[in-house]
Amino acid sequence: MPIDESVRKAVLAAVPSLRAFAISLSGNVDRADDLVQETLLRALANIDSFQPGTNMSAWLFTILRNHFRSEYRKRRREVEDSEGRYAETLKSQPEQHGQIEFREFREALSHLPADQREALILVGASGFSYEEAANICGCAVGTIKSRVNRARTRLAELLSIDGVNDFGPDETTRAVLARSGS
Amino acid sequence: MSERKPQGQPNPMEATAQRSKKPNAKPAKLGREVQARLGQQLRAMYDEVLNQGVPDRFTELLDRLDDNGNKDKH
Repeated sequence: MPIDESVRKAVLAAVPSLRAFAISLSGNVDRADDLVQETLLRALANIDSFQPGTNMSAWLFTILRNHFRSEYRKRRREVEDSEGRYAETLKSQPEQHGQIEFREFREALSHLPADQREALILVGASGFSYEEAANICGCAVGTIKSRVNRARTRLAELLSIDGVNDFGPDETTRAVLARSGS
Repeated sequence: MSERKPQGQPNPMEATAQRSKKPNAKPAKLGREVQARLGQQLRAMYDEVLNQGVPDRFTELLDRLDDNGNKDKH
């Protein structure tokens, strides 16, 4: 199929943030890249349903999110403890780029319910408004707001931050990262 | 033509009025500093991936899908 140059540009421009979102959702770089690939395939196959002038990035995020959700449901049937499994996945691939530096944070993130995690990422990192995030997740704006609040509270608990103690990448982590540089 | 259906959408804001009364749920209201710190960490983690740019597999994927013929640079 011919791909319009403007579509190609817009899609490629969205790839880095789609990956960041997918990695945050799945906790796994390879799976995230597969999610992004599947998203691009679906988007291009359905490009006619994209309304020119609207936000291409939000449209792609919606496709990715829905695809992830249906996969997640399938997997949850296969694996009983999906949350524990997610955390396990993180531990099993510590060498992967993009995993090490924020390990503690990612691990805390992995303990959030999926709907809270996605809401927090969309609003707190991807830069979507509450309204856009609500559209992407197909829920009310108020629901997104309360999910984001609960996610923050829970993260603060998990990371034991009370506003005084610091947290961040530790020395060991940095050393390992530096060593595996090439 | 002038017929209009009333919109009976519930106001999502009202959900806030129902504060959770679970015994183990702290009425935690996060301080601004904590929120800022969480936000920084979240964005730093996210930006690390953003900075990786577009991996080749995605440009290659689009090249493969696009049979315009225009993209044959190699």
